[in-house]
Order: sequence, then C-alpha cells, then structure tokens
Amino acid sequence: MSDVKTYLREWAMPHVLCPGCAHGIVLRSFLTAVDQLQLNQDKVAMVAGIGCSSRLAGYVDFCTLHGTHGRAPAFATGLKLARPDLDVVVITGDGDGLAIGGNHLIHAARRNVDITVLMLNNSIYGMTGGQAAPTTPEGAIASTTPTGNTEPNFDACKLLIGAGASFVARVFAVNPLEMTKVMAEGLDHGGFSFIEVVSDCPEYFGRYNKVGGGAEMLNWMAVRDEGVAGPLSEKRFVNHVPVAPPALGLETGVLQREIRNVYAGVRGVDEDES
Amino acid sequence: MTGAQLIQGNEACVKGALAAGCDFYGGYPITPSSEIAEHMVRLLPERGGVFIQMEDEIASLASVIGASLGGAKAMTATSGPGFSLMQEHIGFAAMAEVPCVIVDVMRGGPSTGLPTSPSQGDVMQARWGTHGDHPAIVLAPSSVGEVFDLTVKAFNLSERFRTPVIVLYDEIIGHTRESVVLPDSVDVSNRVTPHEDIEDFWPKKALADGVPEMAAFGDGHRFHVTGLAHDPRGFPTNDPTVADALIQRLHRKIDAHLDEAVEVEEYMLDDADIAIFAYGIVGRSGKEAVERARAVGIKAGLVRPLTIWPFPNAEVRAAAEQADTMVVAEMNLGQLIGEVERASAGRAEIVPHLRADGEPITPSALLDVLTKIDGGHL
Repeated sequence: MSDVKTYLREWAMPHVLCPGCAHGIVLRSFLTAVDQLQLNQDKVAMVAGIGCSSRLAGYVDFCTLHGTHGRAPAFATGLKLARPDLDVVVITGDGDGLAIGGNHLIHAARRNVDITVLMLNNSIYGMTGGQAAPTTPEGAIASTTPTGNTEPNFDACKLLIGAGASFVARVFAVNPLEMTKVMAEGLDHGGFSFIEVVSDCPEYFGRYNKVGGGAEMLNWMAVRDEGVAGPLSEKRFVNHVPVAPPALGLETGVLQREIRNVYAGVRGVDEDES
Repeated sequence: MTGAQLIQGNEACVKGALAAGCDFYGGYPITPSSEIAEHMVRLLPERGGVFIQMEDEIASLASVIGASLGGAKAMTATSGPGFSLMQEHIGFAAMAEVPCVIVDVMRGGPSTGLPTSPSQGDVMQARWGTHGDHPAIVLAPSSVGEVFDLTVKAFNLSERFRTPVIVLYDEIIGHTRESVVLPDSVDVSNRVTPHEDIEDFWPKKALADGVPEMAAFGDGHRFHVTGLAHDPRGFPTNDPTVADALIQRLHRKIDAHLDEAVEVEEYMLDDADIAIFAYGIVGRSGKEAVERARAVGIKAGLVRPLTIWPFPNAEVRAAAEQADTMVVAEMNLGQLIGEVERASAGRAEIVPHLRADGEPITPSALLDVLTKIDGGHL
C-alpha cells in the first residue's frame, strides 16, 4: 500500500477531530484513491466548506481552500472553470452540503461541472456541538432536538440523482477498500460526481442517543454491509433510542452513472477543439 | 483612441473590465446591473475568458473567488439585494486576500425597494456590510467614462493589494448612454507571484509593503487558503498575537498607500465660501450647481471623492478649512455625512441635502440650497 503521508501536511497536526470519529478513515481512503490514480499532487485542489469534515482540507498537501459555510461547490465551480487542468474535489458535510449549501450542491450537479464532491454524513452538526442536521433521523436526539427530532431527513443520493448528478454513490466509512474503489471511480468520472460517505459522530450523535462510541457506531455500518436494510421511510427511532443506526436503510454502492456533457462555462472554442 | 462611442454605464463597466484583463465573470441577474452580465457573456468568451451565471449572488462571488485563486482576474456585478447576499464573501476575500471586483449598481432600498430607481443607499454597506474589522476600497464614478476608468482602477487596486474592490454607482449612471472616447489600452497591474523555484511557499507572508505574493492554484505551489484567522503560512490559529498581526496588516497594506487608492476631484474650491460634498451622479449635479452659482456671483466649490472608502479625510478637512459651509448631498438619508462631520471636525457648518425617494438630486435643487445659504436663509 502506498504511503499516504506523501499527501498529508504533518506539520499541521495534531488535527481537530475527536477520538472515534471515522473521518480519518475516510481521508485515508481518499488519499489512497488519489495515489492509485497517480493524480498530479500539484494539480489537485480540495475545496471545503465549514464543519468537521471540511477541516480535513487543512491537513492534505494539495491546493486547499477552506471557504464559507455551504458554498464549497460554488467556489469549486469558479475554480474548475478558470482552471480546467485541476482535479477539483469538494469535501463537505451533511449540514454544510445539504442545509446551508443545498442550493449550490444541486446546481453544481445540474450543470455537470467536472468536480468530485465527498459528503461526509455524520447525521449531526459536530463542529458546533451536536445540533440537528437535515440528515438527523426522525426521533433522534440532538442539542436542538432534546425530545427527539420531528423533521424528516434527506436521502442525499436521491436528491443528487434528482438534480442530475451524473455519478452518485454511497459508501460506509467502515469499508475503506470500497471507499477507495468508489472514490477512484468518482475522481475518474468525467462530470459531476457525488459520493456520500456515511461516517459517524460518537461525540455528539453517539453520546446523545446512547448508541455507543466510535467502534459501536462503525459496527452498525458493518452490520448494514451484510445487507440488512429497508427503505429509508420505514426506519424510525423509538423512545428516542435508535432501533437501528442512522445509516441503515440506505442503499450503498454506485447508484447513478451516466455520461453526459460536461459544463465548462461559456467560453470561446479552443483552437485544438475547432 | 477608438473614436467616440455612445454607450451605457453598464457597458462601459464591461469595457473597463476587459481592458483591465478580466477573464472570469460569475453573476446573477438583478436590475439595474443585468446589462453588465449581458454584455460580458458576449465579449468575454471571444477573448479567452469564461462566463457563468450562478444560482445566486452568494454563489456568484464564491465562483469569482474560486476563479481568482486559480489565477483569473475575476468580477461580479449586482444591485442592493444581491449586494447584501455577497457580504459574507466580501469579508472572505478581504481576509483570505483574494483579488476580485464587485460592482454594485445601486437602486432604491431597503429590501427590494425601487428596482429601477437610483439611490446611494449602499455606501455604508459597502464599507461595513460584512462582519469584522476589514479594509475596504470603494470607488464611485459619476459618469459613463468614469465607470470605465474606475473599473480599470478597481482591478488594478485589487491586484495590487490582494483585496476585494467595490465599484459603486447608481441606476442613472448604469443606464445612461453617453458619448465617450475610450483608450485603446490602459495601465494594468497584476498580482505579484512567487518564483516557481521557491520551496515551501507561505501564502500570507507579506513583502515589505504589507502585501504577500500570490500563487495560483495548480501552478506548482501547494498552500492553504482560509477565512479563519491564520498565520503567515496560511494555517488557522487562535493565537491573539498572530490574529492581531494579520488584522493590522490587512489595514496597513492599504492605509500605507492611500495615495494609490484615494482620488478626489476638487472644483473651484480655492476661494469657495460654500463647498458641496457629493459623489457619484450627485457629484455631477453639484458641479453644474457650482457653475450656475458662480455665474450669479456665489463663491461655491465642489469636493467630489472618486474614492469614498478609504474616506478622503485630508481632502474633506481641507475643504472645510476653506469653506464656511459644506453642503453634503446624498441620495440617501445621510450616510457619508457622518464621515464629513468627523473629518471636518467643526471647521465648517454642515448642511445636509438628502433624499431617498428614488429621484435624483438635481442641479437646480442644489443651486437653490447654495442661493439660500449665500443669502443667509439657510
């Protein structure tokens, strides 16, 4: 296996993530995918929003932009249009990507801008202290839903397929090899690729909902990967204790794959194309 | 020179941007600025640039910042409601030191207000609209020709100081067609880039003038850009000493070079008893009023900032030293008048002439004010 340290800013560590958080596993899988594809390190740009997952951008030795909350797909769109030679990767979270930034995400998908979005879904706002997110399951406890969340939650992949994303996949942080495989495919995809990574937040989601620490939460995902799942809408939380992990009921793997015109902005015709 | 052209202010803005080297435009439609996007989409691609219509104004300025980090000279244009949405990213660009140009063609407010009527209601928002202590450079042209000149200047200042620069004019200037003769070429400033051989490039390590070199993403230097307080290496920190050094430098890099940014027109001020302070379209009414007043023997003059931020304190103070009375004319309910009062510090009596009803301030109205002051009736 390659040494992913090549792609890390070790001088910037220690990092800000909590013990038990799976985001580091996700990052390693991503860097392994970058290495497998032999992407030019100088030509990889990672664009992040605000939140725990977005902070990962600070620790990778690429060109990295830690922007504003939810707007990473818009920054990335401008960067990709100005610099088509770059591999532009957005790293975002479920609150960043689906709440404050939902509009930018669906429009980037609709345009089919050639960027890759990694959305790390931990079902809660971690950075700000455990508030409910659009992905928090009904019934789950968060600091802003002390008696249980009464809102329905998003299925991010269905949203993105509906918006026209040409590559959509969902992977679980418990499965690094599958993550790497799918991320490599997403990076290689010509057009907009969206990969939802179901990660965990033991510090807030796990603690508030009394569902254990990082190991227990990851174990749920392992159970899911044996194929126990029903439709999202059938999953409910009972007595504020999840009967199943938030990830259960979600389809995994590559859910959408199509080739269509890549949007590069309104630009003159390059001479070598004419 | 290319000969006289009859063009709109918004069109002059596009021509100025292109002359300055603009190669990226990201925008969202809004009256009365939309002609900028409409002209840009026709002219920019054939010059090798890229145009995109984004999903909102927040995304527009985000795309502009992203493009600028990729090495592009980038701009957007909007009006009041969209300008409000851009505030967060104006702050980001100031903090992360990303050159970009934002044009705000002012219309009546608050809120959706008076979409096709002029206003100068955004001058304080242009200075203080985004949160935190940040520097601001805001230019206020008063004619179609000046829109061209100051759009060029906006790009040059943004590249020179690695900071967002705002061009602020109103609906009248945006939509009025005037005959202008534009230069074939203009002086162009470009951001200073680091030598490609530099190992371990630090994106926020300032040169002697307070401005750091700026590499483009993808050109060989790998570095971090963030809106968090950060050290010279560009990495986030909570260290008060490091944060203070950054915030102070963001201001100092501009304050130490005010002569490059601040431009003021002084007209018949030398012997003036009454000075009009006006900017943008009102500056033109002011000049006409001064000429008419002089014709009837009233010693009037004009101080017209083309740069409203940083505020031209010295020039306003000098005008207040000369004149007994200063008429501050604004198409708002009094925004820069507070700055005039502060800068003049009691050296002249300040007389406001303000309106925010979507109608312009006319030369006749200002002449009337001058006449009354001269006659001791005001």
